[in-house]
Amino acid sequence: MAEMGLADIHHNAAKLEATSRGYERGLIELAERGFDIIVMDADLAGSSGTGEFRKRFPDRFMDIGLCEQDMIGTAAGLALAGKCVFVTTHGMLAAGKAWDIIRSTICYGTLNVNICGADAGLSAGAAGGSRQSLEDVAVMRTLTGMTVVVPADSVEAKKATIAASRTPGPVYLRFASARVPIVTTDLTPFTMGQAEVYRQGDDVSVLACGVVVYEAMRAARKLEDEGISVRVINCHTVKPFDRAMVSRMAVETGAIVTVEEGASIGGLGGACAEALAQVGRPIPMKIVGIEDRFGESGEHEELLLHFGLTSRGIASAIREVLIMKANGARGAREEETRSR
Amino acid sequence: MSPTPTELRGVAKVIRRDILTMLLEAGSGHPGGSLSAADIIAVLYWEVMNIRPDRPVWEERDRFVLSKAHAAPALYAALARRGYFDVRELLTFRKLKSKLQGFPDMHKTLGIDASVGSPGQGLSIANGLAIAAKRDGKSFRVYCLIGDGETQEGQVWEAAMTSAHHGLDNVCAIIDRNRMMGDGDTEKIAALAPLGDKWRTFNWHVIETDGHDVEQLLGAFSEAASVKGKPSLILARTVKGKGVPFMENNPEWHDKKVTEDLYEEAVRALS
Ligand SMILES: Cc1ncc(C[n+]2csc(CCOP(=O)(O)OP(=O)(O)O)c2C)c(N)n1
Repeated sequence: MAEMGLADIHHNAAKLEATSRGYERGLIELAERGFDIIVMDADLAGSSGTGEFRKRFPDRFMDIGLCEQDMIGTAAGLALAGKCVFVTTHGMLAAGKAWDIIRSTICYGTLNVNICGADAGLSAGAAGGSRQSLEDVAVMRTLTGMTVVVPADSVEAKKATIAASRTPGPVYLRFASARVPIVTTDLTPFTMGQAEVYRQGDDVSVLACGVVVYEAMRAARKLEDEGISVRVINCHTVKPFDRAMVSRMAVETGAIVTVEEGASIGGLGGACAEALAQVGRPIPMKIVGIEDRFGESGEHEELLLHFGLTSRGIASAIREVLIMKANGARGAREEETRSR
Repeated sequence: MSPTPTELRGVAKVIRRDILTMLLEAGSGHPGGSLSAADIIAVLYWEVMNIRPDRPVWEERDRFVLSKAHAAPALYAALARRGYFDVRELLTFRKLKSKLQGFPDMHKTLGIDASVGSPGQGLSIANGLAIAAKRDGKSFRVYCLIGDGETQEGQVWEAAMTSAHHGLDNVCAIIDRNRMMGDGDTEKIAALAPLGDKWRTFNWHVIETDGHDVEQLLGAFSEAASVKGKPSLILARTVKGKGVPFMENNPEWHDKKVTEDLYEEAVRALS
């Protein structure tokens, strides 16, 4: 299968846009179509992607102030009364500051609240470690009944926003404010909970989510020249995790690398490792993420490079996992010889 | 020897210029809330606080917690000008591998008493420091600068109860009451008024003052130091973006990028 329905990203000229723009367009489309949605923000309407919505639909919008916890509690009440609510704040403020409220009020009640983590991952860039949101995917993933989606670009972000409005129970959507390449088109398939193969390959599977899907595609191209055949999968829905897909990848390619713009503990890599360990066929695996440390000040692109999240870092993780795979195969052959 | 009010005004001007330079170099950051805090920080670091820049971790020093952590440039400028580190470091603000992170990191920057970042958390830290001082029989005081929008965070009010309940007269909070937050006017988004009365009801000693008048600020800080058995709040009326007319009271300048042209204009306006 060729890279069907994907934007042309062969050239460096790929179009750049913050994924939160897609969130904004999704919200506007829902309101235009007459859905009874309410959008809330906590003093970040200027940057989180709700600014345009606020202008166009002031009666569907509420800026609650610097009150993230109260915002999410209020959203619970609105949801109880039948509203479809989108709450918006920084990723780490939703996932961190309001976590208990999300857990004990929203998840415990299985309420229809869509929680949008803006400016997540390394997007906060120059603002540095305290503001960068690296742990959000991991902590949101542990919540009972929570769906977690990390769109790869603004086009997918819009689809995810619209899909969230139809998904029962709470959803966490993670957005970037950094301008990142657009890799998908309106035609690229998107189904919540279903990972998509973006590029075929036989030697190794790379499972990525969020803005680093683009980097994974670049790494695959680069390695093609070295004769390494890399399958790239966009695993936008980190929860519920597409276990069927991962079992298939394990069997078909025998090695997996996960890539995420966040902590390497408990996120996409964690979800994948949990799944692999339980399909009874552990295979060589590498988790590319940020290893047990805070981020720091720097430009978004600079930081991706600094933390090994660009195509270069991904390519070296792929080479490493292929060595593990080769060693494993060799070990198995030796074992076979011995037992003969 | 104490600086004169004229000298303090001069210091605040230098801090304002440093803020603009840092933000220009960094290409991002928060001009409005940094400029509004410049006089308060000048008065604290040049007169009120008992500190020794040559001994940044001196145990008896007064502590400062910048709860409105996005005003980091104002604090960094003060620390550099007081000699905690080389003024040239200011030009690295917000850059990769800099000691001066977007939000204060005590492990990277000399003179920072507490790492801070997320609004709403500073007063609790100040309370903890103040309780420890009392337990250890130490006389240092703890100053905590809070944004007015920031006081919408629930934790601020939990902390306000703790300070009062424990009679922390070694805590002095300052609210930078510029009536603006990120998205606009505090009173239009989540009204705070009557803010002084709220703190009085929480059993704080409240002193209302002009947050840009160094003499009034000096008076307020010395009144706060004389209060026994209660924490003090200095409710400082300020102007967001103070000193740069086109930034004043304009919420856009909460976190707008300072460009080369505007920088020149802003610096001219300061002097
Ligand atoms: C918990 C949290 N809420 C919101 C933000 C984003 N933010 C940083 S400062 C700020 C506005 C603060 O307003 P105020 O306290 O009045 O500060 P000032 O006007 O003095 O700059 C916002 C919304 C954040 N970083 N963390």
